[in-house]
Amino acid sequence: MRIINIRPSRPTVVVLALLPFVAIFIAYTVASDIRLAANPADKLLPAPETVMETAGRLVTEADRRSGDILFWQDTWASLQRLLLGVGISSAIGLVFGLLIGLLPVARALLAQVVAVISMIPPLALLPILFIVFGLGELSKVVLIVIGTLPFLIRDLSQRVLEVPQELVVKAQTLGASTWVIAVRVALPQLMPRLIQAVRLSLGPAWLFLIAAEAIAADAGLGYRIFLVRRYLAMDVILTYVMWITLLAFLMDWALRSLSRRTFPWAEDGL
Amino acid sequence: MTYVRVENLFQSYGRRPIIERVNVDVAEGEFISIVGASGCGKSTFLRLMLAQETPTRGQISINGANPAREPGLDRGIVFQRYSVFPHLTVRDNIVAGESFRRGWGRFWGAERRAALARADETLARISLDHVADQYPATLSGGMQQRLAIAQALVAKPSVLLLDEPFGALDPGTRLQMHDFLTELRAQAAMTVFMVTHDLAEAFKLGDRVLVFDKVRWDPQDPNLHGATITYDFDARHGGIPFQTLKEKTNVPYPA
Ligand SMILES: Nc1ncnc2c1ncn2[C@@H]1O[C@H](COP(=O)(O)OP(=O)(O)OP(=O)(O)O)[C@@H](O)[C@H]1O
Ligand SMILES: [Mg+2]
Repeated sequence: MRIINIRPSRPTVVVLALLPFVAIFIAYTVASDIRLAANPADKLLPAPETVMETAGRLVTEADRRSGDILFWQDTWASLQRLLLGVGISSAIGLVFGLLIGLLPVARALLAQVVAVISMIPPLALLPILFIVFGLGELSKVVLIVIGTLPFLIRDLSQRVLEVPQELVVKAQTLGASTWVIAVRVALPQLMPRLIQAVRLSLGPAWLFLIAAEAIAADAGLGYRIFLVRRYLAMDVILTYVMWITLLAFLMDWALRSLSRRTFPWAEDGL
Repeated sequence: MTYVRVENLFQSYGRRPIIERVNVDVAEGEFISIVGASGCGKSTFLRLMLAQETPTRGQISINGANPAREPGLDRGIVFQRYSVFPHLTVRDNIVAGESFRRGWGRFWGAERRAALARADETLARISLDHVADQYPATLSGGMQQRLAIAQALVAKPSVLLLDEPFGALDPGTRLQMHDFLTELRAQAAMTVFMVTHDLAEAFKLGDRVLVFDKVRWDPQDPNLHGATITYDFDARHGGIPFQTLKEKTNVPYPA
């Protein structure tokens, strides 16, 4: 039988999906064992138990100076920036996507400038943002917006253009105005694409968030990682990295199930 | 009485003429079938009727009005595909036929309830009431086209344009759709233009059958000339004309 025709059964799928995780864990454990056997004081690859211990301590013990649990404080600070940034970015992206996709005039005016702006590496703008918006929350949120917006606008306007012309003509023959076509034909068809696009933007959004926090912040997941790097606290870094990964994964999963639940008429992909 | 008047219509894309010198007068309530080879410009003709495109020359006027500049309520359309809104349920697709002309494209409150009730009646008439809450993607091709036709009719267009509406259906379903269309036309007389590749269908449903074809062929460049109406058949009485006596019959035979 050809390999393309071999379909794993349900239990096999679960086993196969878990396999890479188990393999990574085993590889790490072995590598860590080897290093610790050579030098028990090695900090680079702490034993999984040590990481677990540190993680337990981080999520429960309050900071001696402030009395807050820094782990949750960092999480909250980062999530706030991330969600605010991505939220603002999707709202603006949606409006511009509809404008560019639906109105030839807006397309003529904006499509090229968006294409050029999307070529600017957002991190190169970070110093400007710090100068203009200060070192506070605003500059970090703005970096996430700038970093994800051009992609969202281009992707969403492309999706609007992909709405079959037949449907737009049909709506006009039912007497729909431009506004009605926008809110009752294009927008509903765009919503599942928006969720798709936001899912794809979450990766860059985290990247820009952590970059901004690493450079100037007083709380946040990225800030903490770069802070403890000085003490080579690999156990703390690993805990944070796994936590960020888990958060990102949960967001992705939540968006996907939201899309499936809310837009049953749209066919879903990965 | 001329209702739709097409005068000296030309359409070219770039330097390539697609249709040329199309002249036709259509009376109110007539059913016009349009046939012709693939790519000869039948859909282009319908797009011009819709005012989705402007002709390079000539004009189309309906009921003596100025030529339309964009698609509007008076001309309904059913395409072969993508004719219903995939994100609306079957019932909402029918309601859209009435509500899209509103400021927000929807009805509220009592008006909405009344529109939903009317939609349910319409769906019962076209026997789609059992799938009212489903999305079009779950419907068969025949059901989707029935929905598309009903949706177009709810908006009460004066001219209905059909572009190969039954092209993707099996022969059995196609016959059902013929009956369905004939029934609808008995209820509300409207002028219909239907493009089809099925000659039998064209003659069965149409009052007239227009044939689009190229009259001039350039052996070096087949794209040099466009198509026009080469035949205009009277398709009433099964395509056999002169079934109605035109002379007075109350004259006694010469003895
Ligand atoms: N927007 C356009 N720009 C350039 N050429 C076009 C455009 N639309 C259609 N054409 C060309 O015009 C010709 C006629 O197209 P049209 O769709 O009207 O044919 P048709 O008679 O409906 O064919 P079919 O029976 O296959 O549907 C085709 O050769 C097509 O390539
Ligand atoms: Mg066609």
